[in-house]
Amino acid sequence: MTKEFKRHDGRGLKETRKIVAKVGVVPNADGSAMFAFGDTVAIAAVYGPKIMHPQHSQDPEKGTLRCTYNMNSFSVSDRIRPGPSRRSTEISKITGWALDPVVMINKFPTMVVDVHVNILQANASTRCAGINAASMALAHAGIPMKNLVASVSIGKLDKTLVVDVDKKEEDFEEGEGATDIAMSLTGDGDLTHIQLDGHITSEELKEAVKLGQEATKEIIEIQKQALKKAVQEDEE
Amino acid sequence: MIQTSKIMGNRIKQYLNSGKRFDGRDLETFRDLEVEYGVSNHAEGSVRVKLGKTEVIVGVKMDVGTPYPDSKNKGNLMTTMELLPLSSPRIELGPPKFDSIEIGRVIDRCIRESGFIDFEKLCIKEGEKVWNLYVDIYSINDDGNLLDAAGIGAVLALKNAKMPKYDEVEEKVIYDESSGKSLALSKDTPMSITVYRVGEQLIIDPTKEEEDLFDSKLTLGGKKGVISSMQKGNEKSLSIEEFNKCLDLAEKAKEDLLKRIEKLK
Repeated sequence: MTKEFKRHDGRGLKETRKIVAKVGVVPNADGSAMFAFGDTVAIAAVYGPKIMHPQHSQDPEKGTLRCTYNMNSFSVSDRIRPGPSRRSTEISKITGWALDPVVMINKFPTMVVDVHVNILQANASTRCAGINAASMALAHAGIPMKNLVASVSIGKLDKTLVVDVDKKEEDFEEGEGATDIAMSLTGDGDLTHIQLDGHITSEELKEAVKLGQEATKEIIEIQKQALKKAVQEDEE
Repeated sequence: MIQTSKIMGNRIKQYLNSGKRFDGRDLETFRDLEVEYGVSNHAEGSVRVKLGKTEVIVGVKMDVGTPYPDSKNKGNLMTTMELLPLSSPRIELGPPKFDSIEIGRVIDRCIRESGFIDFEKLCIKEGEKVWNLYVDIYSINDDGNLLDAAGIGAVLALKNAKMPKYDEVEEKVIYDESSGKSLALSKDTPMSITVYRVGEQLIIDPTKEEEDLFDSKLTLGGKKGVISSMQKGNEKSLSIEEFNKCLDLAEKAKEDLLKRIEKLK
């Protein structure tokens, strides 16, 4: 075994950054949430179910879950031009795929449920924070769901697996460098999304997914707490 | 949230005629203002502004570019407004529509024409290198009068901004290191104030319900006691009497707003 790996911010290998989760951040929306991994901050708002326009996009058998992901121009060091990009288009789609398996969208034929994710501040793992916020916002909107979805990035820095990668770790260059594995799992432990950049053996990847399973379990508990808190506050 | 119904609209107008509003304000006063600085740490300056339930987030970014041929010793400013579908059920996905373009342009002119920014201080090497200043405004919740909320946010984000370091040898901006220097701004802060005509009344800072009913509006930008930019919005005309009243109302509202911002610090 190699000598113990130290993370630059002193976190334990399985430790996420400080998580902040809150629902009801956009009063206009039917459901909304904020989710932060340290200084990566995402907000999500849900509108719907509502009639899908244009009519030819309607699905008469089941409804449509439509997700959009957008980063604020000033959320990273080099300003991003406002508006959609190739990257945001892909992440929008992936966010939808990550959530689709738990959302009972077949209850709303011809309708659409819109989920808008906005990244206020980015320090890696933005798609994971976005999916976590979106999952909470859907539940907050009262959309029927089989379970929540939680998302986390697992990193392999040289040979060591770590939970919740930040920007510095993403740019890690020693040894085998950094492998970034973003994944989302349902509360039942099924994978709904996984992506990877870098290089890794299948044994290591199996290990990474195990870590992801543990981390997402904890995140789902945090999501539930935030949702419960909102209900209690509403009742008061 | 659907368009304000006719019956509700009539009631709102009746109320306004007797000088009252549903939320208890008089016709000339802004809603409660909340300001939070430094909400996005990669921006050179950022702010969250809440006017009642209306919320915007504004970030300032800077990079180095070439000056325009007609202003060789001056930096550049670009102001954009993004009306996020996240902020209202009425905002559709797609390319920027007129509303967002208008807000961006009106706020840009308020900042530019009021002389708030000393653009010559943004020059690094005349004719070759100047700072570009980007003010990007995002709507988070639209409960009316995004226009004025955007203006407050833009001005405060600029005041909050610290310039990044610039490596002249490598010709590179070092974003991780702030120079600690604020932008060269005038002591007086400009404000952009819009007066909306609803029925027969002129009002300040409408909620969404009220904003649905306006047929004409006038936006005035500038420092205290000065008008440096103006835009009349929508197709209906204003009488000269109404126009004159708009000027007085806007000036009063501006002074009130500037005092409140001063107190928040």
